[in-house]
Parts: sequence; C-alpha cells; structure tokens
Amino acid sequence: MCGIVGLHLRDPELYPRLGTLLESMLCGVVERGPDSAGVAVYGDTRRVPAGHAAVSVLLPPDADTSVLDALVTRAGDTTVVAAPVAPEDLVARVTAAFPSAVVVGAGRELTVYKGTGHPRDLAATYDLAGASGWQGLAHTRMATESAVVPEGCHPFSVGPDQCLVHNGSFSNHASIRRDLAREGVRFDSDNDSEVGARYVASRLAQGEDLEKALLGLRETFDGFYTLLVTSADGFAVVRDPIACKPAVIAETEAWVAMASEFRALAPLPSIDSARLYEPEPGRVYAWRR
Amino acid sequence: MRESATFDRSVIADIQQAARTGVYDIRGWGAKRAVPHFDDLLFLGASMSRYPLEGYRERCDTDVVLGDRHARYPLHLETPVTIAGMSFGALSGQAKEALGRGASEVGTSTTTGDGGMTPEERGQSKHLVYQYLPSRYGMNPTDLRKADAIEVVLGQGAKPGGGGMLLGQKISDRVAGMRTLPAGIDQRSACRHPDWTGPDDLAIKILELREVTDWEKPVYVKVGATRTYYDVKLAVAAGADVVVVDGMQGGTAATQEVFIEHVGIPTLAAIPQATRALQELGLHRHGVQLIVSGGIRTGADVAKAMALGADAVAIGTAALIALGDNAPEHAAEYEALGSAAGFYDDFQDGRDPAGITTQDPELAARLDPVLGGRRLANYLRVLTMEAQTIARACGKSHLRHLEPEDLVALTVEAAAMARVPLAGTEWIPGDTERSGAGPWTGVHGA
Amino acid sequence: METMTVDLATSTVRELNAELHDPSAKVYEVLEPGGAHAVAAGVDTGITVDVRGHVGYYAAGMNDGGVVTIHGNAGTGVAENMMSGTVRVTGDASQSAGATAHGGLLVIGGSASMRCGISMKGVDIVVGGSVGPMSAFMAQAGRMVVCGDAGDGLGDSIYEARLYVRGTVAGLGADCVEKEMREEHRAELAELLAAAGLEHDVAEFRRYGSARLLYHFHSEHAGSY
Repeated sequence: MCGIVGLHLRDPELYPRLGTLLESMLCGVVERGPDSAGVAVYGDTRRVPAGHAAVSVLLPPDADTSVLDALVTRAGDTTVVAAPVAPEDLVARVTAAFPSAVVVGAGRELTVYKGTGHPRDLAATYDLAGASGWQGLAHTRMATESAVVPEGCHPFSVGPDQCLVHNGSFSNHASIRRDLAREGVRFDSDNDSEVGARYVASRLAQGEDLEKALLGLRETFDGFYTLLVTSADGFAVVRDPIACKPAVIAETEAWVAMASEFRALAPLPSIDSARLYEPEPGRVYAWRR
Repeated sequence: MRESATFDRSVIADIQQAARTGVYDIRGWGAKRAVPHFDDLLFLGASMSRYPLEGYRERCDTDVVLGDRHARYPLHLETPVTIAGMSFGALSGQAKEALGRGASEVGTSTTTGDGGMTPEERGQSKHLVYQYLPSRYGMNPTDLRKADAIEVVLGQGAKPGGGGMLLGQKISDRVAGMRTLPAGIDQRSACRHPDWTGPDDLAIKILELREVTDWEKPVYVKVGATRTYYDVKLAVAAGADVVVVDGMQGGTAATQEVFIEHVGIPTLAAIPQATRALQELGLHRHGVQLIVSGGIRTGADVAKAMALGADAVAIGTAALIALGDNAPEHAAEYEALGSAAGFYDDFQDGRDPAGITTQDPELAARLDPVLGGRRLANYLRVLTMEAQTIARACGKSHLRHLEPEDLVALTVEAAAMARVPLAGTEWIPGDTERSGAGPWTGVHGA
Repeated sequence: METMTVDLATSTVRELNAELHDPSAKVYEVLEPGGAHAVAAGVDTGITVDVRGHVGYYAAGMNDGGVVTIHGNAGTGVAENMMSGTVRVTGDASQSAGATAHGGLLVIGGSASMRCGISMKGVDIVVGGSVGPMSAFMAQAGRMVVCGDAGDGLGDSIYEARLYVRGTVAGLGADCVEKEMREEHRAELAELLAAAGLEHDVAEFRRYGSARLLYHFHSEHAGSY
C-alpha cells in the first residue's frame, strides 16, 4: 500500500528540472508510504553519460567497487555503476565481482534508487533534486505482507530500462510466481509487485508493447492495483477493474504526470491549466516518447 | 451400523437441506467446531521460585487505559473485560440497554454495532464505543461526537472479508428507519468501506475522523483474525490507537455457516501474532493497546488472553448468555422452534424466546433491562475476580503483568499456536528463538 | 458580513477545522488548499466556506448545515456522510463523492469518477458532467441527477434512491431498471436542477430505480449478487 508519482516530460526545456519536480511530487505522497521509498530516473547524464549503460545495484556495505573499472556513484543502499558497454555486459561484470549483489535496475538510460527509511530523507540521500532527465517515477511504501528491506522496495526494474510501481495488493500472485518460476524466471524478493514486474518483463521480452503486456496483466492478475509502468520509450498506467486504489493523471503540452493523489501534482508547473482526470477501471493508458 | 466420519448425520442433514431449499445455512453464535483454544493452556502458579499474592487482601489491579496515543480523552476502564459490538437490529433495544447498564456498573465499555447508536444504549453506557462500519447505517456526526471512542470495523472473526446480512424478519420499522431502508427486506451490509480501501487510504480516513471529532476520541481498528501480524502492523501504520483482533470463534448475529466455520484463525493463534507485531513496532503495552475477542468465557480466558499480550478483551456471545440467552426457562419454546436451550443459534430470524436477538416487541419485552444489566454486571465481576485470582497466584499485582512465560500448553497444537512450551518441557514447536534456549519456566537471577 | 480568511500555506488543516467547529465568523475563505485532506470536515453550523483551489480526500466530510464551495477539484469522498447543508465543487470530483450521505445537496459542476453516491442515504447529488462506473451502488435513498453520461454498473443493488441521467448509461447494475418519468419526477428533477443552478430540459432525462427483485435473498439470484 503506497503512494505513486510519475512524470513524463514532453518539453526538453524541463529536463534539467526533472529531479526537483519529482522530489516535490514525492513529498506529496509521503504519508501514504512512510516505510521506504524508491525512485527511477531516465536520462540523468550526470550519472549515466551518453553512450554508457547503467546498472543499479544493492551491494554489500564493504564492497570495493574500484574493481569494476566504471563510473560508480553510491546513494544510501543503492550503487549506480555506469560504463560505455552494453547493459547486459555491465550486469555480468557487476554480478561476477559481487555474487551476492542484487541488481535493481539496468539499461541505457535508467537509474534506480531504493532503500528503507523516511522518503524525504531518502530523496536527499539520492540527491534526487540534482537529477535531470526526461522521465521519472517514485514510490513510497507502506509494506503489506512482505518485509521492509531494500529488496522489497519499489520500483521493480527487472527488464532493460523497465520499471513498475504498484499501489494495492494482488490476490493470486503466489500462483503466477510459481508459473513464472517454472518458466525459469528468478525473483529477488517476496513482494507481490515484483511478480507483476516479472510478468510484464516476460511479455515485453516476447515482443509485446507496454499496452499489450498490461492488458495481459489485467487478464492474469487478480486483486487491487494501480500500476505505473515505464520503459525505454513509454509511460503507462492501469488500474484493476474495481479500481479502489486512487490515481490522478494530469496532462499539459509540456508533460504527462500521474500520482496517487492530487496534492502530489499540485507543485507541477502550469498545473492550473492541466487536463486532470482519473484513469478508468481496467483501461490501459500509455504514452510514447 | 457404522456412521461415516466423512458423511456424518449433520453433513447429511446439511446436504439434504441445501438440496431442498437452495439456500445455505445462515445462523449466529460463532464457530461450533473444536479449535485449539484457551482450554489448552495452563498457568504456572507460584510456589518456591516465585511468590504469590494473598487472595482478597493484597491488591491486584485491573484498570486499563485505552487510546492514549493520540486522543485527548482516552478511555479509563476499571476492568479489562469490555462488551463487543453488537447491533441494534441484531439485538433488541432492551438488550442494548441491559448491556449498557451492566457494563457501566462495573466501569467498562460497551460498543454499538451496524445500524447506529440508540438513545437507550448511549443513555445507559458510561463508556460507549461507536462502530464505524462499511454500511454506515445510521452513521451520523452527532452520534460520533457523543461517543467515547470510535471503532473502525474492517471485519469480524466470524466472517473476515464478509459483509452482513440481516434478514427481513428483523427489519422492523424502527430498524429500517435507522438504516434508511424499506422495512422487511433482507438487508445486506457491505464488506468494504465505501470511501476507502487499504491502509494508505485508511490513514486519511482516520485523519478525517479525528478532525471531525477534534482529536478528542481514541480510534480503534477492528479486524477479523486472519493475516493478523500484517493487519495489526498496518492498522498501526494507518494511525490506530487501539487494535481489536477478533478470532474465528467470535459470534455473529447472522452469517453463512460456511463462513463462520471455515474462514479465519482461532483467537489463540491470533494473539501472539498481534503481540509480536506491536512489539516489533515498540508499541506493545506502550502506545497502542490490543483488545482481543472471540470465545472469551471465563476469567481464566481473560487472564490467558492478557498473558499472551492483550490489554483488554471483549465479550459478545458470553454477554448474551449472561443476559439470559439460551436459558433453560425457555426450554419448551426453544424446542418449539426446533432447537433446545443451549443450542439455539437462529439469531437471524428474530424469534428468540429470551427476547434478546429479536425486534418483536412482545418477545423483546421479556428482557428486563435492569435485571439483565445486573446479571451482566455480576458476570463481569466474576470474570474480573477469576482473572485476579490467577494473576495473584502468579505473583502479579496487576493483570497486565501476566506474560506468556506464565503459561504452558497441554497440546502440541496449542503450544505451536500460542508459542508457549508444552507443559513440563521447554519445547515450543517451530520456535527457534525460544526452543531449548533456556529455562523459560523458571526465574532468572535473584 | 465579515469574512475570515485562512491560508493553508501558513495554517494547518487542524487550525482551520478547529475554527470551523467553533466559528467566530459566519463566512470563511480558505486559500492554498493544495490537495490537503479533510478540509472543512465536520462543519456543524450554517457557516459559509469558500475553498479556493483543489482539495484532497473527504473535503466537507460529514457536513451538517454548512454551505461549502470547493472552487476547484475534490478528491475521494467529498461530502461523504453529509447530513444537511450544501457542498459545491466547481471542478471534478474523485471517487465516492457523497458516499453514504444522509441529506443536504451536493453539486459537482464537472464530472465525478467512480462510485459517486455509493450507499447514499437521502442526499441529493447533482452532477453537471458525467459519473464513473458503479455510481449509486447500493444507493438507499435520495436523488441523483447526472447531466452527462453514467459509467457501467449504474445503480447496482439499488434500494429506494431515484436516479436521473441525461446522457447515455454505459450499463445498468443488478436490479436497476429504467422507470417511467411521471409528472412528479419531472417536477422534482426541475427543482433539483434549479437548486444546482443548472439549466437543462427535463424532457432530456431518463429515470432509473430499483426493480426490487433483490430485496429478498434467493439462491436463484446468486448470479446477481
């Protein structure tokens, strides 16, 4: 149970302000999830220079990252490793050096930060305000049935440049987890939302687009959910057919934003002239870059 | 002849009834199946290693403060045995009044139910907890402000995850009026609240309730026992001052038998989960209180629930029995209804010969609220004294000083659920922390 | 008449509501709500409150006599459990607008999302735009007027509430049926539209209510429950 915010910028002039906007949005949903927080940023060249791949990873505290021969930034529980190689090669390099590492995000543009603690403090730890980019999302968590540990924090990023955040609780995730596990999918946490992320990743890997994958999720997953899912070029929102968990979408020429509550959208520029609406139950809303 | 253990006579009768009527059984009275219960626990009275308190002479206090975390006016009760929520509608006005009288006489609280607050009940209850339910029948802010505490009900032990059903026979004009419904219809109560779902939104709902009542009243959150460890943590995260956990033996006015018997976990199993959740949050016995209900009958049950971690208990079915429910004096009438004194559970159909679970004015008039109140007060005093007797024997000058280490279990099942050792051993099945870790049944140090 | 202004950029919701519950003025203006929750909840006198901006959950919740206007959008449960008085939202309302409200008038200038008027118990709700799915779910009493369209499952398990919809209905819920518009219905509809300050031809509306087939439980209806 949680708070969700996401921002997809259309106007490049806003890219340098992505982090400050996202931080102010995050502060609007702190009370919905005081246990922990995670953020994902797309296109932060400060930490992922052009032509680099980035891997976000939970490392043991004493890990000596100099062996990675890469650009390394550490922020709380998360370490971001960047190098001018293919993402899968960088993942292999990190996991070879640190077999116990948990990769929480990988891709060409994506950085993911997650950890336990008060969301406001975590935003400072991540230096979220200093981030730039074209798309980002954040999540504050009130844990339901899984542990309050960094591995259980959202976003769940389990495919290249993909992220999923969830508010609600799936009621048949254990069965879907077993099915995916039988197909060879591996899990990092006991979190129900990770099952959703793994499902979407497996569908995207089969060539489906975000919209189709989420329609599949709607048919497969039972329970209550509002999901925000992002990819290398997209931003999508879906709610379950009963739609008890809140969601507000705001759109202007310059950006598309989604949040659990309006007050998280209130700080956005030109919010007064934005088109505000709530996503209808069971319908997939998707935007492309 | 050999009766089948699988298809015994009661199963056969159920199948025959389902085939004949097309309706499942709806009834009250809570779970009838045997589940591990407080009877499977025993106290370790003092002898040489510990010293008992003198009965009747040395003090053993019983008072409890509920809801001092955020509320300006927490409840101060003289005994930790409270009266659980039961609706006007399920019960007659006289029965509600009698509950109020009996509870007030011994300084404890009573609780409204679905359908709103009646003047009889408010007038006679010194401490009245106002239930805030999914249906919001009869819910109004004036009554909310008149209450001494607010209990947000998510579920009850008899039917966690289910709503209510009050059959038409009990929807009198007065009940219908309070619930804004046509008289005589079968009335369904929702299982989810209409304007929030989940703990994140409950936090905002609790904020609203506090704002409307100017942060004066404790806010309880009541859950039916299922995933109790998580539910208690989430109730606290949402802002509850008091968490009420109702085990599967908890009674109900009316719900499907399949629900009563097959959904939820026993009270015994729920309390350690709730206690652990509060302990991990650093709030157990300090900050958030735990009220436990579901099958509390004796002072021993009260003491055992408190030893496992409850700050107070709530009784429902037992209170109705104290008022006169299932009394032998109505034996002939129970038999006329196809039941017997001691077996009557058709609280849904409004024909209760004892005049308690009915809206029929003639039947309801059989219960004298003053006499009923006195009987309930007597019973509550006995429960309190029994609990004190045990607490003194364990060397406690206050009921809340009872602890799990004062208990042992008679069965492996109860030991595993209550997380206390099997009697005469140090073995707690499945507990790696305590099993064999030390002499838990003895004292340490001087 | 003296107006007291409370700026939520500098005051807390607690300070605002404490003042509104023990009012020293008759008219209030609330600035910079910024999506805050429980704004003007629990008003129990005939004061007037104008909120300038968007509000969060449960704005004017449990209103009993107040005249509260939200000049903006409202979050979940605006005017929930209202007893009497008037609540107006000039913009849109989120889920469960007017939930379980027993009386008074709720006017939503824009549209309301899902479950508008859920379990309504006597309130009048007039929506200038459309309402989302499952609106008037288990609606017990009162009237709901929708000048736009209604989402799927309108009036599911409805009891005695009366619904008027001008536009299309995506689908009726269990036990909800279209009913004849008689003179008394046109009259009450005209009255409600006038109270809301909306001008529409009553002839453009259709009326919906309970078929009353689910008032008594039968297993043959199991699929409808």
